[in-house]
Amino acid sequence: MTELSKSEAAINEPSVASPAPSSFLEVRDLKVHFPTDDGLVKSVDGLSFQLEKGKTLGIVGESGSGKSVTSLGIMGLHTAGQYGKRKAQISGEIWLNGTELLSADPDHVRKMRGREMAMIFQDPLSALHPYYTIGAQIVEAYRIHHNVDKKTARKRAIEMLERVGIPQPDKRVDSYPHEFSGGMRQRAMIAMSLVNNPELLIADEPTTALDVTVQAQILDLIRDLQKEFGSAVIVITHDLGVVAELADDILVMYGGRCVERGPAEKVFYEPRHPYTWGLLGSMPRLDREQQERLIPVKGSPPSLINIPSGCAFNPRCPYADVPKDNVTRTVRPELTEVGGRHWAACHMSQEERERIWTEEIAPKL
Amino acid sequence: MLAYLIRRLFAAAVMLVVVILVIFSIFFLIPKWAGVDIALSFVGKQADPASVEGVREKLGLSEPIYTQVWMFFKGIFAGRTYSSGGDVVHCSAPCFGYSFKSEQAVWPVLTDRFPVTLGLALGAAVLWLVFGVAAGVLSALKRGSLWDRGAMVVALSGVSLPIYFTGLLSLAIFSFGLKWIKAEYVPIGHSFTGWLGGMILPWITLAFLYAAMYARITRATMLEILGEDYIRTARAKGLREQVVIGKHAMRSTMTPILTMLGMDLGALIGGAVLTETTFSLPGLGQKVLDAIKNQDLPFILGVVLITSLAVLIANLVVDILYAVIDPRVRLS
Repeated sequence: MTELSKSEAAINEPSVASPAPSSFLEVRDLKVHFPTDDGLVKSVDGLSFQLEKGKTLGIVGESGSGKSVTSLGIMGLHTAGQYGKRKAQISGEIWLNGTELLSADPDHVRKMRGREMAMIFQDPLSALHPYYTIGAQIVEAYRIHHNVDKKTARKRAIEMLERVGIPQPDKRVDSYPHEFSGGMRQRAMIAMSLVNNPELLIADEPTTALDVTVQAQILDLIRDLQKEFGSAVIVITHDLGVVAELADDILVMYGGRCVERGPAEKVFYEPRHPYTWGLLGSMPRLDREQQERLIPVKGSPPSLINIPSGCAFNPRCPYADVPKDNVTRTVRPELTEVGGRHWAACHMSQEERERIWTEEIAPKL
Repeated sequence: MLAYLIRRLFAAAVMLVVVILVIFSIFFLIPKWAGVDIALSFVGKQADPASVEGVREKLGLSEPIYTQVWMFFKGIFAGRTYSSGGDVVHCSAPCFGYSFKSEQAVWPVLTDRFPVTLGLALGAAVLWLVFGVAAGVLSALKRGSLWDRGAMVVALSGVSLPIYFTGLLSLAIFSFGLKWIKAEYVPIGHSFTGWLGGMILPWITLAFLYAAMYARITRATMLEILGEDYIRTARAKGLREQVVIGKHAMRSTMTPILTMLGMDLGALIGGAVLTETTFSLPGLGQKVLDAIKNQDLPFILGVVLITSLAVLIANLVVDILYAVIDPRVRLS
């Protein structure tokens, strides 16, 4: 749960639409479950957050923590093009600019896709159609939402390619994705997603598939474009360095839930969840003198079919036995406010966590 | 694209020479090594020694191998003359051989029969492409549904049931039982509707077999393509699902289908032996069967040659279409 008062959330039956929020994007208690032969995979299990225009939210977590599923859920891509019997089960609310997306007409949501919300994917080589030129794909993206002829759309495509820093855009517009380098492809992907001036941009691991040297350029580009277009951006990554670069707010996900959320500087410098400590400890840093060994988070991500009872992180948490009465293994911790706009879900008392962070964790980082 | 085209054409030309050499070896070299009297097999077993010697001289079987190869090539591209003393037979280009047994050149007989087989193959191809691909796409989109299972069961039976069974069954039902269709070949020049009537059952029978294979490969490919990232991208753009499937997914699904089509059409044009025999169509397949029965070697050679040619051309066309569909092919 979020700061959205629990009493209010409890009163509202799921079927009764809650009032539209004032935030530009508000996700309330989002659940995305996938039925499989082995059981129900709870990829996202009760996620809430808000995002304002012009701001960037970084969603951080390991593989399988539910980051990408969340972003695809916002885009409505779990339900679009679902063939076969097993459909994803999605509940909760996603409010974008006053429209609740989960209950809205799917065709209306389709029209919002690409125009009001757009997405950049991890691997631009596989995310771009290999048989169509870059230009054709951008032109298509533009013409879905704008009733213009091909010539005008092509001009727009060249303009966008130029804007994202592709040299000789009037020539490269006719190139195929395989004729671009990785960085250029991601630039083209960004050009395509921004061609309709979307107000919400979701970047799902935008730099993971790229060379380290190119990563910084792409992050700079996303930041510059956000300033220029004033859109809201969600950056999904497992790389804390990326969010440090971009994000205003950070949301740390574990096992399909949010374990810590707050302004970037708070999450980086006063983290209040042992999992966030683990993430910070496993991040290589160049700004520290004594570079010791990186400390990995022990164990492996939880099974999303059998999420550990109590705190999902308890099997891997070195402090699981600090709270009394085995509570970490029996009761699921709720998000509680630990400071201004800063929430964490942990059974340890705030004083305890503050002490552990300042005395045990921070000095080692 | 032009460079790719030239490369492909050149490769096809080289392949043509290789194919002709291989066929020459099969019919002239290997029997020779095996100690078979080629002249004898060309005239037939009952021939008198004089005519065997005549054929030996006409075919130049006593000449060195390279001369024979040269004459074989020359015959195909420029025509050749078979002569033995005063007995002279001219076979004009393209000379695919001369049957001394039936005393006729092979090529004109083949070209007479070629339109029948071509019509059969092309008509059936249209049918199986339309129905096979459509069924495959639908099955992929409704994976696990009753339709999907039903279509795949039908497809499985289509693949497993031999043509002489489905063909005879369809003849029994529609031609002899219901008397809807007169099962008899009418050349397209005589009567178009008559031709259609005669071809409809062979088309359906042949197409049933192939549609089944195409439905299965289309379904498998489509399912794979639907999992591709760029399909998700297409949806993320806000494209209608019909466009996502019909344009983005379909274009990628076409490539393996085209590859299959090239090989299948090529092979079929060389004679759909079973279908032609079942429906008494006077096509290449029937001719090759006759030739085998009568041990008329030149005709067998001619059909092998024309089949290889058809496969070669079909593959060339497919390669070119491939490059049109997939820009990455043009590079390599």
